[in-house]
Amino acid sequence: MSVVAEQVERTETQTGWDASAVRRDFPTLHQQVNGAPLAYLDNAATAQKPQAVIEAVGHYYRRDNANVHRGAHLLAERATAAYETAREKARRFVNARSAHEIIFLRGTTEAINLVASGLGSRFRPGDEVVLTRMEHHANIVPWQLLSGRCGILIRVLPVTPEGDLELDELESLFNERTRLLAVTHVSNVLGTVNPVKDIVRIARQYDVPVLVDGAQAVPHLRVDVQALDCDFYCFSGHKMFGPTGIGVLYGKEDLLDSLPPYQGGGEMIRRVSFEKTDFADLPHRFEAGTPNIAGAVGLGAAIDYLQGLDLTAAAQYEQRLLESAKGRLGEVPGLRILGEARHKVAVVSFVMEDVHAHDLGTVLDHKGIAVRTGHHCAMPLMDFYGVPATTRASMAFYNTPQEIDRLVEGLHYAREILT
Amino acid sequence: MSSGLEDLYQELILDHSRHPHNFRAMEGASRTIEGYNPLCGDELKLYLRLEGKRIADVSFQGKGCAISTASASMLTDRLKGLSVREAEELFEAVHELLTGGHSGPDPDALGELEALAGVRKYPMRVKCATLSWHALKAALSDEQPESVTTE
Repeated sequence: MSVVAEQVERTETQTGWDASAVRRDFPTLHQQVNGAPLAYLDNAATAQKPQAVIEAVGHYYRRDNANVHRGAHLLAERATAAYETAREKARRFVNARSAHEIIFLRGTTEAINLVASGLGSRFRPGDEVVLTRMEHHANIVPWQLLSGRCGILIRVLPVTPEGDLELDELESLFNERTRLLAVTHVSNVLGTVNPVKDIVRIARQYDVPVLVDGAQAVPHLRVDVQALDCDFYCFSGHKMFGPTGIGVLYGKEDLLDSLPPYQGGGEMIRRVSFEKTDFADLPHRFEAGTPNIAGAVGLGAAIDYLQGLDLTAAAQYEQRLLESAKGRLGEVPGLRILGEARHKVAVVSFVMEDVHAHDLGTVLDHKGIAVRTGHHCAMPLMDFYGVPATTRASMAFYNTPQEIDRLVEGLHYAREILT
Repeated sequence: MSSGLEDLYQELILDHSRHPHNFRAMEGASRTIEGYNPLCGDELKLYLRLEGKRIADVSFQGKGCAISTASASMLTDRLKGLSVREAEELFEAVHELLTGGHSGPDPDALGELEALAGVRKYPMRVKCATLSWHALKAALSDEQPESVTTE
């Protein structure tokens, strides 16, 4: 056993976290890939699903399937109850004041698009939106579409070489035309955890509302939207061990209430004639059409699953994995880690001298190790670091020190054959 | 090296990727085109100098993985002196080779390029190998766009 493996094993005892027990909850983890056991280190792309989530979705379709909020029959009642129970679970998960503030959508991308479309209807040419250099394309492109449509300007908060936001420059970006700050809670490339609470406090002084992209935060951090005091918070189910195609937009009730409808259709209305439509109240006004009921049920099951774990121990364990990974990766010749922020989740991006990330990805896959390679939908950040692509290992509480050992061995091997 | 990987990263491919041939900008090129693979961020610029209907010189520059660099390097080696028509036929043959169509080309006709066939087992990597070839095809087309992507 390697030194690191021993260290982390000791940590497991210290933190009381038993990764091997948790792994048993995740069926996909137990398979061979290219003749080796799967080491799934691509959790920031999407996390694997525990049996409880898979079962909840199956159970819903086997027993309760019906449309929600309509129909006088028992199955419709059950489906509606299941869907609204999931909403209440999501409310508690982020500590929103009211379940009306929880909108079910396809995911973070749709949530940001909804806000961009809603706020955008009020924007005037010359209005400004502040973004940061480390945003995912999902938190850049919707605003850019607006700038094309209604002439708003996009201002960008820079990033330090260590991978933190240049917070000292934030105030200089605000002025009387600033209509919104949209910032990621956790960088999907660097793993940096941004001080969202401080950022919101600064923005408040300028009356600038804040949207937070929480897609990468919810699998790792406890999120309390009231404590953060942000105006919007968006996240996806599939990155937090739930199904794909379901996500949440949290918004403060008065703000959500002030937004025009996003899509029109059934479910979002109170009364329709050809002359006029009265729209439904929150949250249904933003959920036109039959929603992803099974997805919401699965997300609810993922929340239940997470809340049944010792999340403090899980977070400590992940931090130990991160420290080990950083240390071990640092030993690989020619390897450079991007982003050394002090506060990070267990995500490490790196480049290897003379080896392209794509080739690394293929060689690692041959050893059963799944990582992400490419620009990670964050091309402005790639440009900042002057690299076309990186390799990213992103960990969850079910990953093990042995998997990090294998990643490092795989990288040595790749270097051997490719350089 | 484990099997499959050996086919993909043959010594010939690795040689071309470490020391790409004709890796330079070209003054006075008749055609230049940028090729871009949005999936992995690979980008290259292909330069062609035509004399009449013949390709007198060809070179490239860019950043890419071993497969895309080697493929572009081999393309430049192979293309010099061919007629536009022969180059277009070669594109078809290589495309067939990389995507594994039913009527596979005569292996002898492809020579060194045959080494690229290893990508067929790697669907995620086929676009790396085809990037420079799509750039070539676009550069020779009547529309002559300024850039081309693999998507």
